[in-house]
Amino acid sequence: MAEIGPLTRARHAQLRLTPVGLLRAVIVLAVLLIWQILAVSGWFYGDVVPSLPKIWAALVKLLSRADFYWNLWVTIDEIGVGLAIGGLSGLVAGLVIGGNKFIAKAFEPYLYYLGPTPKIIFFPVMIMWFGVDSGSKIAMGALSCFFPIALNVAAGMRQIDSVLIKVGMSFRANPWQMATKIHLPAMRHPMINGLRLGLGVALIGTLLAETKLSNRGIGFLVIQAYNNFDMPRLYAVLIVLFVLAIGANALVAHFSGLDEIKQK
Amino acid sequence: MPPVIGFGSVVLVLVAVEILIRIGLINRFIVPLPSEVAENFARVIVDEDILHRFLLTAWECLAAGVLLTAFGIAFGVLMHRAPLFRRACETWVAAFASTPLVLAYPLFLVLFGRSALTIIMLAFLSGLPPVILKTLEGLSATRRVLINVGRSFKLTPAQQFRKILFPSALPTIFVGIRLGLIFALINVVGVEFLINFGGLGQLINELAERYDLAGVYAAICFVILVSVVFFVTTERAERWLRSVR
Repeated sequence: MAEIGPLTRARHAQLRLTPVGLLRAVIVLAVLLIWQILAVSGWFYGDVVPSLPKIWAALVKLLSRADFYWNLWVTIDEIGVGLAIGGLSGLVAGLVIGGNKFIAKAFEPYLYYLGPTPKIIFFPVMIMWFGVDSGSKIAMGALSCFFPIALNVAAGMRQIDSVLIKVGMSFRANPWQMATKIHLPAMRHPMINGLRLGLGVALIGTLLAETKLSNRGIGFLVIQAYNNFDMPRLYAVLIVLFVLAIGANALVAHFSGLDEIKQK
Repeated sequence: MPPVIGFGSVVLVLVAVEILIRIGLINRFIVPLPSEVAENFARVIVDEDILHRFLLTAWECLAAGVLLTAFGIAFGVLMHRAPLFRRACETWVAAFASTPLVLAYPLFLVLFGRSALTIIMLAFLSGLPPVILKTLEGLSATRRVLINVGRSFKLTPAQQFRKILFPSALPTIFVGIRLGLIFALINVVGVEFLINFGGLGQLINELAERYDLAGVYAAICFVILVSVVFFVTTERAERWLRSVR
């Protein structure tokens, strides 16, 4: 019973509307109202701006269908494998580049300048190399996330406190022990940050590839809704996609402790 | 010496690929000969009217850049001026930055048609969050002493903004604009490729559909070259701005 008091108080505190909460509620309501006015105004052709009940109905229908979860699983699988391949390669490349100044000067500029190029243009090449099935989408995810992860790991390696490295050396740690006991724990946060960035770009790379050429996955659902001009469904798929993307990003940041770092 | 080793390694890899293709270990119908790609570079530039395509892509980037600069700075200033609005919306802008907006390109196709406007609007919206957030960061990081100097001269809020806040925040704002422009370029080329419309992105898609492998590789190299030049130029401009400050 003793714990009910603070819990109830906390719940009341959450329910109390602060000025910021009130403003947010006003903004959201205003946007929804404007949307609904536009939807019923007849200014747009057909369902270009569908009414809110139509989008809601499409959302409920989408989430209640088994094929949505099958397609979602296909996409998650492709992103996961792509992230694992690109992430591991990025980790190794970052460790090698960050740990050796000579290699860094020789090869890091290539990573640095290739990083911000649009990766989707490599899709025709990936189709030739890995086929039209999941392989090319996984490759797009891996290629997209390799660069941010490698660059972040390399930067993280250089930021390691030299005292920690000296401690490791004074204990005569071998390279494996140095990597597992000193380097990797000390650069946990740059690595997680790279993973967060990598996840975002892997998601984009994989899904864009699915919209271009695929018969499965969430990207395919997006382009299928567009091809059938099923606008409420298109909005519903995009809403789910954006919520999942923001959620995944927030989850990685939360569980990796990046939120705490930002607060400090 | 290290840059020479780096460049030498890239050349060595290309030579190895050339040999592996010539002896048949790599299928030349999947990976074209690097020498063939180099030969096709000139053909792609001349026959595919690459200058016109480059200018089209550059124009789309410029239009998106102007929009994201104008709206991004205005929105950032508005959020700085209204702290309540800032507290309500800053996390939303950050969340918006992490959304894969480019995936909504079919929606933009419906809204704006298969035209340059679709590409420009997507590039503009994708590049907007960093400009807003960096404008806000730059204005908020203005040193207290500078603001107090302005107050001691009894500057009006407009003068305070024009003479103190904005010049002080300019280098940070430029970082945001640079990030926004990079996002814009990535999205412009990407959407051109996806909707088969416009400049350099469309060229790659067209060559791929024609199964012109060497041409695809040459066009990809050209796009990478353009991206790198763009990246280096904006990076130098940023450094120059910081040194002038």
